[in-house]
Amino acid sequence: MSAAAEAVSNTTPIAVEVDQVTKIYPGGVEALNDMTIQFPKGELTSLLGPSGCGKTTLLKIIAGLLKPTSGTVKVNGVDVTGPGKERAFVFQDFALMPWASVIRNAAFGLELQGMNKTEREAIAGKYIDIVGLKGYENLYPHELSGGMRQRVGLARALAVNAEVLLMDEPFSAVDEQTRRKFQEDILEVVDDEQKTFIFVTHSIEEAVYVSQSIALLLPRPSRVSEIIRPDIRRDISPDAIRRDPVYLDIVERIWQGLRTYVE
Amino acid sequence: MKIFGIQIPMMASLILWAIVWEIVGQLELSILLPPFSHILIRMVEIVPTATFMNALWITAKCFLIGTAIAIVVGIPIGVLMGRSIVIDRMLLPWVNMFLSAPLTALVPVLMTLFGFGTKTIILTTVLFAIWIIVLDARAGVKNITPSLVDMTKSFQANFWQAFTKVYVWAAMPEILAGIRLGCIRSIKGVIIGQLLVSVVGFGRLFELYSANFLMEHMWALLFVLFFFAFLIAEGLGVLERKFEYYAASRN
Repeated sequence: MSAAAEAVSNTTPIAVEVDQVTKIYPGGVEALNDMTIQFPKGELTSLLGPSGCGKTTLLKIIAGLLKPTSGTVKVNGVDVTGPGKERAFVFQDFALMPWASVIRNAAFGLELQGMNKTEREAIAGKYIDIVGLKGYENLYPHELSGGMRQRVGLARALAVNAEVLLMDEPFSAVDEQTRRKFQEDILEVVDDEQKTFIFVTHSIEEAVYVSQSIALLLPRPSRVSEIIRPDIRRDISPDAIRRDPVYLDIVERIWQGLRTYVE
Repeated sequence: MKIFGIQIPMMASLILWAIVWEIVGQLELSILLPPFSHILIRMVEIVPTATFMNALWITAKCFLIGTAIAIVVGIPIGVLMGRSIVIDRMLLPWVNMFLSAPLTALVPVLMTLFGFGTKTIILTTVLFAIWIIVLDARAGVKNITPSLVDMTKSFQANFWQAFTKVYVWAAMPEILAGIRLGCIRSIKGVIIGQLLVSVVGFGRLFELYSANFLMEHMWALLFVLFFFAFLIAEGLGVLERKFEYYAASRN
């Protein structure tokens, strides 16, 4: 670890540490090359970059769903060898069980941990309320809109009370209006839950709007090109933020950095 | 279907064929084709007899036991094959071979091993039904959305939980299709088994009727069997359609 990185970890505790991770898929496609990055505790960090920069691969390695070819990932100082209780995943396509009701889906992580039904449904019910789906407990996923399905996915991840939430383009399959509302809600969840969020997105506006820090990833070779902390004002209304010159400047700056990589 | 703007019921063509059959039968062209009406009368006559009921009971018993074994053994094998490449490589050639093999030829072997009784018939039924159930369960598991598998792993399901709480359910549309096709093959198996064993159940009746050229009895018996086969296939089809909604919402 470099001296500068040491200094950072002294000031804010680090939740997730990715150290020189390389991932080569069978067939020789290099998704990540010697990636080193740290995620501070209690913050929402976005992984932003054009497609092919390995952001989803990195997230899946942190989740323990993929094994790195070399390098290590530590969560709270402990090496990641597979999925673990301290991490929960929110999937791009929601990954809900179509045969299970909203409440059972939301409680599924707890069900797998062996918690009894009353207890787990009480906890899941609380998070269903937090994500704004109170009253929908007994519906099935196919009866919900895309945005509502992803709220169930979020409730499921929150219910297991993991310290680190890994979100893989959670809003990309959700329509634009719903997405904006969802982004506002996620900010509240981040404030209330005191968890570490790692958020993969390809939307610059989304990254700037929801993140405390943005890791800008670039492809060929994949690397962290820059860490940006968009210190935009959070005390003003969501609509005011979206018109705030600081917000717009950061969006513009990131776009200038990325545009050369977009065909 | 509509003809001249009049809605024709689904099975209308069957009535037409029955009429054709009746005419041909009345012409007494062949002993093999008695008039349709005679067959219906014979059906009413033989169905309530003790011999028939006994044969039906044996057939139903062998069918149910055989199909149940095929389902209970076939689904787990199919799911395992879908999840594990090693198991898949080891079993797939055998499953494919047995699926298309002329299984009837194996029944005499079963007879020498298990005798001329219900055991052989049940085993024949299993042998006919199980392979398509295995293949469909395997296909269902292979079709599970990758993210659902990742979800199962990321919430740390153990092997048993993943199997019973996710994989089997996610593959349910294909598994049900497999069960339906398996049942149809079961019916074939249970009849062919009895025909070859030919001393119990419908096999004995077929033997009796054909040896004595009782064609009306023969046809009556066949119609009853066709009817049951149709009923089972349709019933399972209805069940399958109930699960279709989530096959569409899986991806």
